Amino acid sequence: MNATAERDLGYSRTEMMIAASARRLEGAKNCFVGVGLPNIVCNLAQRTVARDLQLVYESGVFGARPERLPLSIGDPTLATGATAITSMFELFAFYLQAGLIDVAFLGGAQIDRFGNLNTTVIGPYDTPKVRLPGSGGACEIAIHARHILVIMRQAKRSFVDRLDFRTSPGHSGDPASDAARGWHGTGPTSVVTDLGTYGFDDSTGEMTLMTLHQGMTLDDVHANMGWEPKVSPDLGQTLEPTTEELRLIREELDPTGAHTR
Amino acid sequence: MRDAVADLVRDGDTVAIEGFTHLICFAAGHEIIRQRKRDLTLARMTPDVIYDQMVAGGVASKLIFSWLGNPGVGSLHAIRRRIEDHDPEPLEIEEYSHFGMVCRYVAGASNLPFFPIRSYYESDIPKVNPKIVPMTSPYDDATEVYVVPPLRPDVSIVHAQRADASGDAQIWGLLGCQKEAAFAGARVIVVCEEVVEESVIRQDPNRTAIPGVVVDAVVEEPFACHPSFAQGYYDRDNAFYLDWDRIARDPETLDTWLKEWVFDLGTHADYREKWGSAHWDALRPGDAMSGEVDYGRYA
Repeated sequence: MNATAERDLGYSRTEMMIAASARRLEGAKNCFVGVGLPNIVCNLAQRTVARDLQLVYESGVFGARPERLPLSIGDPTLATGATAITSMFELFAFYLQAGLIDVAFLGGAQIDRFGNLNTTVIGPYDTPKVRLPGSGGACEIAIHARHILVIMRQAKRSFVDRLDFRTSPGHSGDPASDAARGWHGTGPTSVVTDLGTYGFDDSTGEMTLMTLHQGMTLDDVHANMGWEPKVSPDLGQTLEPTTEELRLIREELDPTGAHTR
Repeated sequence: MRDAVADLVRDGDTVAIEGFTHLICFAAGHEIIRQRKRDLTLARMTPDVIYDQMVAGGVASKLIFSWLGNPGVGSLHAIRRRIEDHDPEPLEIEEYSHFGMVCRYVAGASNLPFFPIRSYYESDIPKVNPKIVPMTSPYDDATEVYVVPPLRPDVSIVHAQRADASGDAQIWGLLGCQKEAAFAGARVIVVCEEVVEESVIRQDPNRTAIPGVVVDAVVEEPFACHPSFAQGYYDRDNAFYLDWDRIARDPETLDTWLKEWVFDLGTHADYREKWGSAHWDALRPGDAMSGEVDYGRYA
């Protein structure tokens, strides 16, 4: 995970995360986008594996066609040329709560083995060590988007055994009770980190390492995880970014390298 | 602006300056700081840099919100100091999710006692906010929802691109909760880039978000949203949002900024002049005109 390794690979860890995440949007239609990496991921997917992808932003934009990389989820470039601009009530009620969103990106300061996320506070709520932004739309997105993709850099302090606060629900640990929730959302489907990719086990709902990125080892994963990780018996290697994916990222999506180098 | 804030914003009020990234009326926030209002409860979905400035300016004792950050940049340091370190004093908070805040305004605007939503399931948010309450559907025992209470600000301040002298206000681009906050507010200030003739409003009634009948004061104040943006008029000044991170990290730097850019300036016109016309020219976007529609004439 050092600079030398990245030079040898010919791409950065972040570019690996972006390419691996974009492939998970294959065939997706309506995607709730966040700023930063998810935005680049969605725009890459739109140019590769998900030509019909509609970019949906909680600011009230459906079908955005940004002409520049948005600086926030409320960037004016998202409004100009969009399919629709709705009130925020309509966006959350008619689009999200009613079940139109296939997939959404979430992240957080902390995630646990079942994909529950904390974006609220580190330390006790009433006497916080670090006050984080809070839910925003994340709590209802986690409940209503049919699939949740998580992109997070991996570290012991963020992949934790116990969350300090559960902002957005993931899997409960009991798939039968998850199925009985009656939500549109099926919880997190995959987690992409700078070390590898994870799925969630059908029988336990637990995060399971599926692939390691080129150059990464199980020791790296253990060293950056707050619990003993489940590993797939078919553990593989993540497909590296293709020349075309790298070209799109570097020339079209993030030419200054602000998000990807 | 000075008169509108002096007449309509009172110490102890709940004040909502809405606008989701777009159309955030910084000029109103600065005027509230300048007039040294006190003990305000500030409501906003995303407190943004404007509430960091107002909290630092000492006008607020409580915050109602759903996402607390400098969008696309990071933290709001003045607010964090108040919450984490009680520096210089504690700040009471009451938090929701975005959908919860939106529906609080909808309930307030619709004169409803509460609003039901499907959210908060298995989340810790209701544990720290007892106003978010689970409820079983009266029509279906198996369906549980959570309800949120109405939000009726004493004063709602919303920015619009244009309004007529009666306060009929038109908005395009991201709509945020401008309409809901205006209808929910007991007193309403509409600030706009341009005051236009009533005929301009009547030419395109679908674009009217707020009717003058709910508006108490109309203020024409160009660039009032800076460093936020007004679609078609000026871009977000992202350099300022980035700079605010540095300014707000250090209380002394922040106080110096407030003195220079708020207290030492009499009006927003002084603020515009201090930035200089080259600054405003650089924020002006290119054109992207909407097509026209034919409403038809039915005489």
